[in-house]
Amino acid sequence: MSEISVSALPAAQSEGFVRVTEAGLRGMITLRGDLASAAIAKAVQEITGAALPPMRRIVQAGENAVVWMSPDELLILCPHDQAPGMEAALRAALAGEFATVANVSDARAVFSLSGTAWRDALAKLCPVDFSTLGTGDIRRTRAAQVAAAILVTGPEEVDLICFRSVAQYMFDILSAAASAGSEPALYV
Amino acid sequence: MLILTCPCCGVTAEETEFHGGGEAHLKRFGPGSDDADYESYMFSRKNPRGVHFERWRHVYGCGKWFLAARCTMTLEVFATYPAQTLEPPADVITAIKSKRPEWEGFV
Ligand SMILES: [Zn+2]
Repeated sequence: MSEISVSALPAAQSEGFVRVTEAGLRGMITLRGDLASAAIAKAVQEITGAALPPMRRIVQAGENAVVWMSPDELLILCPHDQAPGMEAALRAALAGEFATVANVSDARAVFSLSGTAWRDALAKLCPVDFSTLGTGDIRRTRAAQVAAAILVTGPEEVDLICFRSVAQYMFDILSAAASAGSEPALYV
Repeated sequence: MLILTCPCCGVTAEETEFHGGGEAHLKRFGPGSDDADYESYMFSRKNPRGVHFERWRHVYGCGKWFLAARCTMTLEVFATYPAQTLEPPADVITAIKSKRPEWEGFV
């Protein structure tokens, strides 16, 4: 039913010392299992085009990406309309393996932050030393009172994934943290 | 502030990214055990002033449980280590002894 899917806060955007944009629909598949298993590495490589990421890293392959979420969990990102097909392909490739595959695309919301001072905005919300994060890193943490996954996609760009049920809360706290004139200037 | 390093994903963060799970290395006494053992398992905790072994879960991060040896007075963390251990490993004991030579050891 992808033709009727709508993201959590379509076109929501705020301009501050960092721009916050709701990133729209994104395909997301959770794969859990033994990440040392050759079958999982092979299935992920063949179906997404990406190798398994090292701890707390993201491997990009065209429009797809594979994100390290925990010692036994990966998050596969893809175009939203391709997620059902990719889920089915992974499920078929891993039949009989000790692994689970779930399409979680519509359980999530994604926000993109752009601006050189993204670390300053997020430092108000997360118990994280953002100087330790660079492009290609993933950090799971909390933003104020809710869980968040922060994907560093470039020097001035990050994507933040949260549960769709808290999308408005997340947009509000991100917008407030990034509001013009409130720069803590910790990192820049 | 209590700062912990999760041994499962390598992240260092302060305690609000984690959730405490109480004293570590408890021996479970379940159905069929005698009343004194069961009561002790349910209710008796060491609650020391000083070196303590605790369970923690990296609840906002990788989601995994791990164990920590820390000082309840100073919040100094001596070591964090995998939850799949029945008692503190030798390197954890060594790390504690180097900071707290007067510590009586794990009992
Ligand atoms: Zn962790």
